[in-house]
Amino acid sequence: MNPAEGAALVGLAAIVLYAIFGGADFGGGVWDLLATGPRRHAQRDAITHAIGPVWEANHVWLIFAIVTLFTCFPPAFADIATMLNAPLTFALVGIVLRGAAFVFRNYATPESSVAHGWTAVFGAASLLTPFWLGDSVGALATGRYAWLSPFALAVGVFALVACAQIAAVFLADEAEGEPLQNDFRRRAIIATFALWIAGAIPIAIARVTESDLFAALLTPHAAIAISCAIVLGLVVAVAVARRARLVARVAVGAEALAILIGWFGAQAPSLIAGHLTLTAAASSDAMIVAFLIACAGGAVVLIPSLALLFYVFKGPRRAG
Amino acid sequence: MDHVLAARAQMGTSLGFHIVFAALGVALPLLVFAAEGMWLRTRDRAYYDLARSWAKGMAILFAVGAVSGTILSFELGLLWPGFMRYAGGIIGLPFSLEGFAFFIEAIFIGLYLYGWERLSPRAHWLAALPIVLSGPISAIFITMANAWMQMPTGFRIESGAVTDVQPLVAMFARPWLVEITHATLAAFVFTAFAAAAVCAVAWLRGDRRAHVAAGLRIAMVMAAIAIPSQIIAGDILARFDADHEPAKFAAMEAVYHTQRGAPIAIGGIARADRIDGAIEIPYALSLLVAGNPNAQVTGLNDIAADDRPPIELTHLSFDAMVGSGTALFLIAAAWFMTVLRRRNMSRLLATVIGCGAPLALVALEAGWCVTEFGRQPWIARGLIRTTDAATIAPGIDIAFYGFTLIYVVLAATCWWLLRQVDRGART
Repeated sequence: MNPAEGAALVGLAAIVLYAIFGGADFGGGVWDLLATGPRRHAQRDAITHAIGPVWEANHVWLIFAIVTLFTCFPPAFADIATMLNAPLTFALVGIVLRGAAFVFRNYATPESSVAHGWTAVFGAASLLTPFWLGDSVGALATGRYAWLSPFALAVGVFALVACAQIAAVFLADEAEGEPLQNDFRRRAIIATFALWIAGAIPIAIARVTESDLFAALLTPHAAIAISCAIVLGLVVAVAVARRARLVARVAVGAEALAILIGWFGAQAPSLIAGHLTLTAAASSDAMIVAFLIACAGGAVVLIPSLALLFYVFKGPRRAG
Repeated sequence: MDHVLAARAQMGTSLGFHIVFAALGVALPLLVFAAEGMWLRTRDRAYYDLARSWAKGMAILFAVGAVSGTILSFELGLLWPGFMRYAGGIIGLPFSLEGFAFFIEAIFIGLYLYGWERLSPRAHWLAALPIVLSGPISAIFITMANAWMQMPTGFRIESGAVTDVQPLVAMFARPWLVEITHATLAAFVFTAFAAAAVCAVAWLRGDRRAHVAAGLRIAMVMAAIAIPSQIIAGDILARFDADHEPAKFAAMEAVYHTQRGAPIAIGGIARADRIDGAIEIPYALSLLVAGNPNAQVTGLNDIAADDRPPIELTHLSFDAMVGSGTALFLIAAAWFMTVLRRRNMSRLLATVIGCGAPLALVALEAGWCVTEFGRQPWIARGLIRTTDAATIAPGIDIAFYGFTLIYVVLAATCWWLLRQVDRGART
């Protein structure tokens, strides 16, 4: 493996981790917006409780992915930021408003108009970011930066549903009490079916409008990854229904991984389909090697810290 | 608005907003750490109340700092793709390291803020330590990238392409040490005076509870250490600029012509070719720069016309920074004399300390303006001009108005919530 491929793997890892953990936080916002029924306040409390201690750390995966891109593949960063300026700006607005709204509503006087206002912003902003980030990924895959194309917009919807599914699976495990857990179990299963539909739509659109991309999706590694994602979705639905909590969590993470590998597999070796290959975009070996050494050193501090965070708030002692 | 101006306006607004939260994120953890540490040592409830109240403020400020910092990492590409295309592969190392420092900060802020009941008192106190360290470390890495923009190094240009990149050389560009010292101290100065002002205003409103006085004391100790250190660091940085960044220095000090025995121009309005209404002290600038009243100081006439920074704004920012910094020093000195003479807090002193917050804000923002205006017209001095770095994407002016509106709303909500935290602590 050459340094550029190593850096691409680090970048992919950051994107996958952001999709799972950051995605779950955004999905939490979606369920906050859709909180219904007699337990809607309890649902919102469970979401706040689950997101509170970890969202800032989960969010850093995105920063890390961006830094990896501009350090190791700067021309790709420059091109993407120029051609997808609008959808990325919309996603950014969502990121800012979601994070700010979350703390603002938590620290505002409960039931005050300020708290209600920011709760609405929190939910709405949680829709914005996954949709526009998904749209940007779809636009990259078209090779034309066509962020307003039906395909890219459909990928945006798909990303949003995926976040909702991941969040519901995690919440079904983390919420306190049987009725509340059942609320999220139901949501997790509905979201899984919705995800299959939302996943079929961009593929169907690609068949009509994006012939190159559709052909790429049928290449072996992309096709295998997509098939895995579909099967893993089934595993998620069954595991949630049968209360196999750990299996559900692992399967939903693996499903996100498979989806992103499918995307990468369809595009490889292009970083931007049809425009820029990994090698053409790569920084000098000296830069990438320095970056990889920094990552190795950073991981020594990062991994135990993250483990501690998740152990304290998501580990066995979490009741109370 | 043309696209370069729109990009500069958006970047300037974003950084001007973020720098306040970033500075608080760097130094506020130390205040919280000190307060909780004092509680563990003395078991004096006042310190516990103080730590809880400051930690609530920290939660709100850190979140806004994190999201506004995210805006900046995107804006490097959304606004300055022409810069990042070249610079990313040279100066990425400090950004990558900052990524890890930010990670540690975000992880332990979660542990700290939500861990009051889950961790033992001692473990909880120690959970603040990584935040205390990683805040300044983040600031140092980002300032190292800024130092490179002032004096780019660690690469060669061969027929228009960047080659022979040496990431470590780039990371330690020449101004790195003087810049990180000045920038990090700035965070401590601002935070200390802001926290002291909050306590002083509460005291003026009649709040005589112990934790208000304790907060004032801890914050003013930090202020009294930070501000004299900052003045020394600032002096060293100014002399560095005189030697290595003459264009910036000439614009800061409004030196129009290269001369021996240069006077210092305090205040006044700098125009393109002259300064109006400044107080001039003969020989003072030469004396300050080189310790010799007849030393030569480079003027703007020796800088090519298209390479000159905007003197009007650079000089104004410089004077605002030095003026407010000096005032802050006097405030700290007044407080120190009161403590030394074992006098009680007077209404006058509390009012003066209350004025420290806006002055410290001016010093922070103006100081950052000095370095950024003083680097113009370059985004990376001698390498890429700001006009060549800006994005060609449409709609940047609309984005500028949109983000400005968001900043206004965020700032207003923050202000309102922090006042609630302050009141909640009082009832």
